[in-house]
Amino acid sequence: MSSTQALLAPSLPSQLINLLAAVMLLIAFAMLAQRRVLTLINLFAVQGLILTASTLLVAWTTSQPHLYWSALITLVLKVLVLPLILHRLIRKLNVKWDVETLIKIPTTMIVGIVLVILSFNLALPISALSGTVARGTLGIAIAIVLLAFLMMITRSKAVPQVIGFLAMENGLFFAATSATYGMPMVVELGIALDVLIGMVILGVFFFQIRERFDSLDIRHLEKLKED
Amino acid sequence: MTTLSGIVLQFFELLLAVLVAPLLTGWVNVCRAWMQNRSAPPVLTPYRVLLKLFTKEPVLAYNASSLFRITPYILFGCMCLAAAIVPTLNINLPINAAADAIALVGVFALARVFMALAAMDIGTAFGTLGARREMMIGFLAEPALLIVLFTSSLISNTTSLSSIVGQMARMDLVIYPSLAFAGVAYTMVSLAENARIPVDNPATHLELTMIHEAMLLEYSGRHLALMEWAASLKLFTYSCMGIALFVPFGISDGDSWAGVLVALTALAFKLALGGSLLALIETMSAKMRIFRAPEFLGTAFILAVLAMLIHLLLETP
Amino acid sequence: MPNVTPLQNILVVVMLWLAVGLAGLAFPRNLRIVTKLLFPIGAAGALALAVSGYSAVTGAVDTLILPLGLPDLPFHLRLDALSGFFLMLLGAVGTGVSVYAAGYLRAGEASAPGVQCFFFQVFLASMALVTIANDAYAFMVFWETMALSSYFLVVSDHEQPDIRRAAFLYLLMAHVGAVAILLCFGVLQGGTGDYTFDSMRGVEHTPFWGTVAFALALAGFGGKAGIVPLHVWLPEAHPAAPSPASALLSAVMLKIAVYGFLRIMFDLLDTSVWWWGVVVLALGLITALYGVIFSAVQSDMKRLLAWSSIENIGFIFAGLGLAITFRAYGMGALAALALTAALYHSLNHGFFKSLLFLATGSVLHATSERSLGKLGGLIHRMPWVAWLALVGTLGIAGVPPLNGFVSEWMLLQAFLFTPGLPHPYLNMFIPVATAVAVLAAALAGYVMVKFYGVVFLGRPREEKLIEAHDAGAWEKIGLAWLAAGCVLLGLMPVAVVELIGNITRLLVGQSLGNPSNWLYLAPINAERSSYSPLLLLTVVALVALATWMLVRYFFHGRIRRGPAWDCGFPAQTSRMQDTAEGFGQPVRVVFEPFFRMQRELPLPSDQSPRYRVTVDDHFWYWIYLPLARATEFLSRMASKLQQGRISIYLLYSFLTLIALLFFVR
Repeated sequence: MSSTQALLAPSLPSQLINLLAAVMLLIAFAMLAQRRVLTLINLFAVQGLILTASTLLVAWTTSQPHLYWSALITLVLKVLVLPLILHRLIRKLNVKWDVETLIKIPTTMIVGIVLVILSFNLALPISALSGTVARGTLGIAIAIVLLAFLMMITRSKAVPQVIGFLAMENGLFFAATSATYGMPMVVELGIALDVLIGMVILGVFFFQIRERFDSLDIRHLEKLKED
Repeated sequence: MTTLSGIVLQFFELLLAVLVAPLLTGWVNVCRAWMQNRSAPPVLTPYRVLLKLFTKEPVLAYNASSLFRITPYILFGCMCLAAAIVPTLNINLPINAAADAIALVGVFALARVFMALAAMDIGTAFGTLGARREMMIGFLAEPALLIVLFTSSLISNTTSLSSIVGQMARMDLVIYPSLAFAGVAYTMVSLAENARIPVDNPATHLELTMIHEAMLLEYSGRHLALMEWAASLKLFTYSCMGIALFVPFGISDGDSWAGVLVALTALAFKLALGGSLLALIETMSAKMRIFRAPEFLGTAFILAVLAMLIHLLLETP
Repeated sequence: MPNVTPLQNILVVVMLWLAVGLAGLAFPRNLRIVTKLLFPIGAAGALALAVSGYSAVTGAVDTLILPLGLPDLPFHLRLDALSGFFLMLLGAVGTGVSVYAAGYLRAGEASAPGVQCFFFQVFLASMALVTIANDAYAFMVFWETMALSSYFLVVSDHEQPDIRRAAFLYLLMAHVGAVAILLCFGVLQGGTGDYTFDSMRGVEHTPFWGTVAFALALAGFGGKAGIVPLHVWLPEAHPAAPSPASALLSAVMLKIAVYGFLRIMFDLLDTSVWWWGVVVLALGLITALYGVIFSAVQSDMKRLLAWSSIENIGFIFAGLGLAITFRAYGMGALAALALTAALYHSLNHGFFKSLLFLATGSVLHATSERSLGKLGGLIHRMPWVAWLALVGTLGIAGVPPLNGFVSEWMLLQAFLFTPGLPHPYLNMFIPVATAVAVLAAALAGYVMVKFYGVVFLGRPREEKLIEAHDAGAWEKIGLAWLAAGCVLLGLMPVAVVELIGNITRLLVGQSLGNPSNWLYLAPINAERSSYSPLLLLTVVALVALATWMLVRYFFHGRIRRGPAWDCGFPAQTSRMQDTAEGFGQPVRVVFEPFFRMQRELPLPSDQSPRYRVTVDDHFWYWIYLPLARATEFLSRMASKLQQGRISIYLLYSFLTLIALLFFVR
């Protein structure tokens, strides 16, 4: 008991980061279970907000000024711009249907839990290697990436898949900031740009897909293969 | 450990629970009425209802067996036991050695089994329907509840409720993300276990949606009074357990009566808050279809498992 | 008086049983002699066996070599605490079942009473002998005797094709399992050629051969115990037998399989690898969940109980798995905890399952109906059976203060220590897997409410149930004996755990420390967790009694009878109650992927609507039917050898002879 307390006691910020990490994980699970596109986008925005908060926290505790910029980019891009684009997109595409899942939700959830355990054990050697990396947060970051991947696998509609892609990036970013206290600014800017451009390209894709198949169900793409 | 003052305190706590439980129910009803823009019933209504029911003559179906007649007493006994086990004011309760958190879940299960059996005894359509649904809620809620309790036990390395609560209360203010998750999961389970919206509606006899009420349909008079009282006690116990597990601050540790007084004030405050929170949840959500309940409790379960994992990952060396 | 050791006592009991059995064969049709004389003598023997078993648990190890068997291979016998424990279980449950059987057997039902008596006694004797066998040869002989005698018990009612089919399936599975066990012994002797257990204990096995032995033991004993996916015979065979035999099969024989597994894993096999335990744990949890889910959708009361046996075996194996893992990591105290939970649950299951099977026997005799959909309201007609069955129901539902809860409680306590396992994945997966155990336990409550509620409560669903009568005196005594066992096991956990401590000391070198306190069960330490069923019962009973008196004192005790209210529905018939299928519906919906379900729903326009649902086990279609087809195919291939001409057959013999001569030389 005392050992647990001693470990946790260090500082309020690290406790807060743990809390935020836990909430990120929760949101990742919520996205996995969510059927509606609209809620999915909102969840994504909330995840971005948490990410911003955790980045700010890391910036403040480690006093690395460039992380403030990262936080700002995250806020603008992931909380405001991308959700707005997505909202507009689903309004324009008129996709108000429920997200259908390929695998049943309970099964997905169990797979998700297995993934969480897996990623924590994957994070174990990495954190042992570096020493500065918090094992728990890195594990959660990996878990968020894998869960987002899982979400992309289980969805059959294009918009949720894109959200899965974006959530995956969130996980990577969280790994970069909270677990390892930031990466070089150039890399971050590059990633941010990638995401934005990727989003624009996918947006164009959506319209193309819909024009071609009258639906956003990506299972239609299966027809494209040669027989 | 079993001192005289401990025993006196134990009796005091049990008596308090038995007497105050209907008040909590009344308070929730009042809050609900306020939030729904209705004029509220007096907060003492549940007591009047109990009194009325006790004075009335019970009408028993022709084919009721003695199982049906003893069930209200067993149920009431189980709930009193549960109320005695949960530390509300003081953590040095003598009966705590008799049952830990797992045994407490077992006591609730005992009550549930008897209630379901009694509901099936008369052999009416609604009775069996209620029994079946109640048992379904039971098997869905129990794993989630136990994982929540497991998380708490893992944090404090014990399953004895008083030790858990004692450790939590004595701890420095440390953020436990796992406890936050577990708290949400616990709230969801409590809603289901206490027949509250969104799983069940305590205020309806609308036939097809009933769970808990369907089981009580054949009861009347003093039997019904005991069943209602037991339901109030269950709500009270669940609230107190939630308070003890997640916000134990203020609970008294030693034998001093001053500490108990402080704890009493804190408890009253927390219960009032919790009751209005319950009313708020009930006002804001709609009753679900019965087969949405697995999903609801499944979510609670996932939350509980996440809480446990997060504890194992973030909070252990 | 000369000193008689417990082992000699046991042999005397076995001889007595065999004598009783032969006497039964001598008077096959004389119901009076068989029921009023032979079965009570057998019951007395069983009681003596229980006492000997008890003294063996607390006493020293004893060995004996019988001048029986093959010329060079006498039967070695050995009695230690582990054997003693299972003998105790066999004796105590056997007493109740034998007494009950004295009142149960009827002339003209199934095979002749004397014949049934013979197989019954041989079955009891062979089970006793299996637990004291100390060499592989004796073990296999007794094991096969057990399988055969139980086969004849299952097939007692051989006029019915369904029962013949079930019994054949049972025999087949039993023999496949026996082959695995035989091979397992072959691996265990490790090239010494000495098949006594004493020599096997001394052999050191490499991890590879150890694993082979483990896998064979798991397949052999797990198959006999009904571990998924080797469980398919169990829900067919157990319900087919007459109720006393079903009770013995479920309550005792499955435990003998557990005994065999324990004997090999904790005694004969010296190595132990952590993942063996994980495999056993996983299989145990899957079995528990699978068993209870299927139990919930059954509509035949004995089948429901048989599936529930599978669930309980799953719990026992989950405990064994935990114990193996803990032991492999050198955590002796925790291994002792898990093992105690498993052994305790074996004992518990022995009592409540036999009680419930016998209760279904009484119901069957009173109503000649075993479909749940046609029963109901029997608590009014058969109060004795109903109230005694309630004890078993509460016990198996795992609610305090009865016995099922104690072992579940200890199992969960053991699970709570799994985060301390020194393995990065196990310390997270197993705690999460606890949820499966809890889910299965909670579902057991569901199943038992269904069983009890549909059979004994409500209104009779058929006219003829009004004529149902309560059980006779013998049956009542048998039931009461077993119910008393359930209550005592529930209320006196400390004494039982102390007794089991002798076995855990033998197997894992430690026992649960529970020194002075007789009231509180505190397996690890009192700070951590404690449980006192006696106190719980006292509080509930006192409060209930006080409430009863106070209500009467302050208000009144008047009561009025009237028709049922039911929200004011005027026309109420007994057909409006839930049927067994109806009560199982939530489980069918929630766990849909587990079933292979076919449903026929009536249309609204149907004049005579019919609803039909059949729920099948996936494993039939996944494993057994393909296997059966493959076997059939191979047999058809082999049948080409059959030519019908003598000279061809002679040619076969000739070629075989030449080949043998060539190879052996």
